[in-house]
Amino acid sequence: MLTALLVMTGIAIVLGAALGYASIRFKVEGNPLVEKIDAILPQTQCGQCGYPGCKPYAEAISNGEADINQCPPGGEEGIRKLADLLGREFKPLSEEHGEEKPKSVARIDEQLCIGCTLCIQACPVDAIVGAAKHMHTVVPALCTGCELCVAPCPVDCIAMTPLPETLETWKWKYPVFDLRSAA
Amino acid sequence: MIARLFNFHGGIKPDSHKNESSSLPIAAAPLPPRLTIPLRQSVRSAAHCLVAPGQRVQKGERIGAGEGPLGTDVHASTSGTVVGLAPCAMAHASGLDTLAVVIEPDGKDEWIERRAFDHRAVPRETALRYLSTCGIVGMGGAGFPTHIKLGNGHGIETLVINGAECEPWITCDDRLMRERAVEILSGAAILHELIGARRTLVGIEDNKCEAIAAMREAATRLTAPIEIVAIPARYPAGGEKQLIRVLTGIEIAHGKLGTEFGVQCFNVGTAHAVHRAVHHGEPLVSRIVTLTGNVSHPGNYEVALGTPVETLLALAAPKPDTDRYLMGGPMMGITIADLSVPIGKTSNCIIAASPALFPPPPPELPCIRCGACARACPADLQPFELYWFSRAKNVGKAQEYHLFDCIECGSCAFVCPSHIPLVDYFRFSKSEIWARERELKASDQARERFEFRNYRQEREKEEKAAKLAAKAAETRAKLSGSAAPNEAAAAAADDPKKALIAAALARAKQQAATAESGHMAESNAGSPAAAVPGANPDIGSRRERPHLHDSDATS
Repeated sequence: MLTALLVMTGIAIVLGAALGYASIRFKVEGNPLVEKIDAILPQTQCGQCGYPGCKPYAEAISNGEADINQCPPGGEEGIRKLADLLGREFKPLSEEHGEEKPKSVARIDEQLCIGCTLCIQACPVDAIVGAAKHMHTVVPALCTGCELCVAPCPVDCIAMTPLPETLETWKWKYPVFDLRSAA
Repeated sequence: MIARLFNFHGGIKPDSHKNESSSLPIAAAPLPPRLTIPLRQSVRSAAHCLVAPGQRVQKGERIGAGEGPLGTDVHASTSGTVVGLAPCAMAHASGLDTLAVVIEPDGKDEWIERRAFDHRAVPRETALRYLSTCGIVGMGGAGFPTHIKLGNGHGIETLVINGAECEPWITCDDRLMRERAVEILSGAAILHELIGARRTLVGIEDNKCEAIAAMREAATRLTAPIEIVAIPARYPAGGEKQLIRVLTGIEIAHGKLGTEFGVQCFNVGTAHAVHRAVHHGEPLVSRIVTLTGNVSHPGNYEVALGTPVETLLALAAPKPDTDRYLMGGPMMGITIADLSVPIGKTSNCIIAASPALFPPPPPELPCIRCGACARACPADLQPFELYWFSRAKNVGKAQEYHLFDCIECGSCAFVCPSHIPLVDYFRFSKSEIWARERELKASDQARERFEFRNYRQEREKEEKAAKLAAKAAETRAKLSGSAAPNEAAAAAADDPKKALIAAALARAKQQAATAESGHMAESNAGSPAAAVPGANPDIGSRRERPHLHDSDATS
């Protein structure tokens, strides 16, 4: 009886120590779920979800504060991926947060730009170059299409232009089954 | 002498339709009124323009300089005048435009000064760069730059020259081998030396008896260890991995390249172009194109690069019931929507299609899981699995099933009893995966830039705070330096901000006081300092003085 008790206690102590050690040794910094959610989000940093950037939105989702359907640039596919990751039901994009649009980039009308630097300050990814009282321009390869620079411009010289299809970005279309020829 | 041939899995035997165009010798195609030479030769490589409108160019003159490691130079394919730069449709499934140099030929066809290049007298890198400046790319279909494929000069045991030409209808390589066998083998010998191979094998399908005979005859006159091997005719024996398997028995694993197994493969057309470049100093400005299908005069023509397909077709006289044109073979080729597409370095064949020759595919029926596609697949894949995943847009899963080993040969779709356009699904999945990879890269970059911007803003804030603190400390130091430290100084030591506010307040009071004392001075003739009660003679700075005045007043 006593031996059994001692053995069980011994096992409990050893296992407890092992678990305690493991929890210190393999401690994960930060919430790994946030990283996973953040990896799915499109990183436009547009704030349409109501949070200042993709990472804060990812944190809000993992805390259960925000829903998964608040990201218009991520679109339906993004919501599907989030639903898969979090084991939730898919739901359509929330209308109050905006609608899914084709990817576009900001373009500054250089004739109108007065060099106020307001757009430079608004750009979340530093994709606009220029200096005070000098013309500004958007680096298209870096622009995420967040539209945050459009509103601050005092002379309305920034327009969002959809990206044209190039040989590098052209995609084969999904094969369509022509019903009429089949009939 | 190789002891035996091997077999690759799958494959099909479609009607070859080679005799239509293979009987007549290669004829030179007349120059069109205008040549359109695209600066972008393939999707992966571009070139920037070196000529201006109005400029006279000679045949073989450089008009575009390759950009990036995969870029090769572009040359004028005849002498004439540059008319301008204009967008032209590209020989690509997308039919998208690309920038092209338009040249009006003067009819003289004058070459630039041509000088033979001695690849043995220069370092290997110089020879490779020379091939790149001659615009030599793979002429079998992919158009991959030859100087890149030649690698670093070691690790390649076997060089394979691909003369299989397995696709139906196409006979340009067949005619080339029959008529210019010596040139091809001379080019193969150069490639052999540059790549440092131990042996060279030329694989030719056994349905091209004349080509095999001509090549064997030419090989007897050569000292280099080049062997001509007749291989069984079965589509797609001309696929790189399939040809390597047949000739050497090496099975290249999923996701690997032939070079990792010591084998590299070049097309016979490429070998011919290398010979022209090295021994004659001629850059790649023309190629052999097969015109066949529903035409009255099928045949092979030597065509200046940049000749529009429509002017070329006039030579073959398409029959009236032709409904579309294919570039490349019927298995892997693309339908060309715009006949102004110019002939490029990889355009091997133009086929006129009629409903009688190429009946429209019957409607797609559900997959019955018969497995015929898997038996036909030369890449050892399971096309039905790939099809289900692609159809469900589950492209990640398709990738796990080695989608990228699919060579899009079309054997699976050829045997499919349900007429499913399998290759279309695979192409869709592949481009979807590439698009996702691009998006992922862009979003990673955006995340990095966003995080750096946040860090930078934080740092600027800190720097500002530090600057303010330093200023406050300076104030404090001056205060503590004064002989009579007082409550204000003590307060300043506790809170630099408060001290600054106090200082500003005091300055205002001081100004008011000076104004007042100024008035007083009129009557008293006293100094402003004397007007301040408890003024300390040690106070050096005007700025500190009001402080004391202030604190004295409050105490």
